[in-house]
Amino acid sequence: MTTAADGSPSDTLVRLAGVTFRFGRDAVLDGIDLEIGPEQFTAIVGPSGSGKTTLLRVVLGTLEPSSGNVRRAPGLRLGYVPQVETVDWNFPVTVAQCVLMARTRGRVGPWAGRAERRDAASVLERLGIGHLADRHIRQLSGGQQQRVFVARALLGEPDLLVMDEPTSGVDAPTRHDLLHLLGELSDDGTAIVLTTHDLNGMAAHLPHVVCLRTSIVASGAPIEVFTPDVLERTFGARMSVLEHAGMPVVVDHDAHRFHRVIPIRDAAS
Amino acid sequence: MIDRLLTPYEYEFFRNGVIVATLAGALCGLVGVHVVLKGMSYIGHGLSHAIFGGFAASSLLGVDPVVGAGAWGIASALAIDGVTRRRALGADAVIGVVTTASFAAGLALFAVFGRRGPSFEAALFGSILGVDTSDVVAVAALALVVGSGVVVGYRQLLFATFDPDVAAVSGVRVPVTDALMMLALATTILATMQVLGVTLVAAALVIPPTIARMLTDSFSHMLVWSTAIGAACGFVGMNASYHLDIQSGPSIVLVGAAAFAFTFATSGARGRARAGRA
Repeated sequence: MTTAADGSPSDTLVRLAGVTFRFGRDAVLDGIDLEIGPEQFTAIVGPSGSGKTTLLRVVLGTLEPSSGNVRRAPGLRLGYVPQVETVDWNFPVTVAQCVLMARTRGRVGPWAGRAERRDAASVLERLGIGHLADRHIRQLSGGQQQRVFVARALLGEPDLLVMDEPTSGVDAPTRHDLLHLLGELSDDGTAIVLTTHDLNGMAAHLPHVVCLRTSIVASGAPIEVFTPDVLERTFGARMSVLEHAGMPVVVDHDAHRFHRVIPIRDAAS
Repeated sequence: MIDRLLTPYEYEFFRNGVIVATLAGALCGLVGVHVVLKGMSYIGHGLSHAIFGGFAASSLLGVDPVVGAGAWGIASALAIDGVTRRRALGADAVIGVVTTASFAAGLALFAVFGRRGPSFEAALFGSILGVDTSDVVAVAALALVVGSGVVVGYRQLLFATFDPDVAAVSGVRVPVTDALMMLALATTILATMQVLGVTLVAAALVIPPTIARMLTDSFSHMLVWSTAIGAACGFVGMNASYHLDIQSGPSIVLVGAAAFAFTFATSGARGRARAGRA
């Protein structure tokens, strides 16, 4: 993905040019130029209210911009994984039924065909949750729930997978597993765009990051983009950036102050 | 004993009433699944009051009350759906505004112009005395249309009810699906009005799916259970109304409430948890 329209049109899945979106008089997005190409793997980061989810919705086509243009490649197949917080976990549906929703368009009647059931089972096996097909979605762990919705998106064989806060509310091992899963999907040629608040655990591991605060503040590889200046302009707070194994590690600029309150050695003892 | 139970079937109006109550109960159970899972249980109550406004207007204008009330109810349902979709307002708030305004309009019309036409008390509380063969045919036809629609569009309905945002991205025409379900709901209330009465329709829409939710974790099974429970409540309730000499509407609702209490007591913690979150 690039933030300027300098790519070949045939390689672009979605192109936003001068996109502005307003709720009333307030601009949620302002002058967004963005290109999403095949095999891109990008995190959109920014504080709450910076327009991340709105930007995803404009990309998906569920929101029309107030001004500007959005162009999608003809026949583009989109997969969308919503925030798990928005899911009704008590809805009467099993894992397999949930995944098969991806094959709804143009289907008549309640019964899935043999090929559809086989494809769904194959995707679930690929994600390591094939044994959970007949479970109710409420009976899954956080990581398993996230995989169910990734599986549903993948069953639609998307060119572009869009995920809203996939690591929200999941523990570190689950985040680690999800990161590896998305890495595999990216390696297989699926373009992925996700939003995240998790700079170190998620965004810093991805090849491309967009810093958003109504407008795009910066875009590029994390090691180039995660600078104190860009982070301050994005999040409105001073942050320091360390480097570990070639990756940026973002820490609070005043982190040393907390050590004065609760010294680490004292807390450990 | 058997003879006593079969006695009311000697009367044509009762046979028609039982058929209509059973079909209407099934219809309410089927449509009620969507209503309950979308968190719009209040809409049955609200729409029944909205239809009262149509009833008043149609009797003053000399229009057939059923046609007038039906058109008014459908317009109210579509208005609720449209306003909810276009503004960041909760469905419950929009239902409250549209339906109580409609109810108030009905009361105002009666106050200004006086009551004309057929008894509206029967429409409020239900009566099987006026049920004839044409009502049986109308309810049967509606049940067939709505039932067929749910079977044909089952997957679209499931996706749009569970996850409308993702369904829209996946090519499901969610606004059309929602509008069709609102249409089915309004016509169901209209068809049920004569037997149950508009004030008790809400119970017929909510009780069967809530019981069904305690029994299953599957959407398709919930549809089947809810339809069957609604039909059973209509059949048993109508028979009980004759033998206990009470109005059909309260009788059907009380049978449903008893079934809910029994299921709640016997379905265990898991069933109660399902129903509590439904």
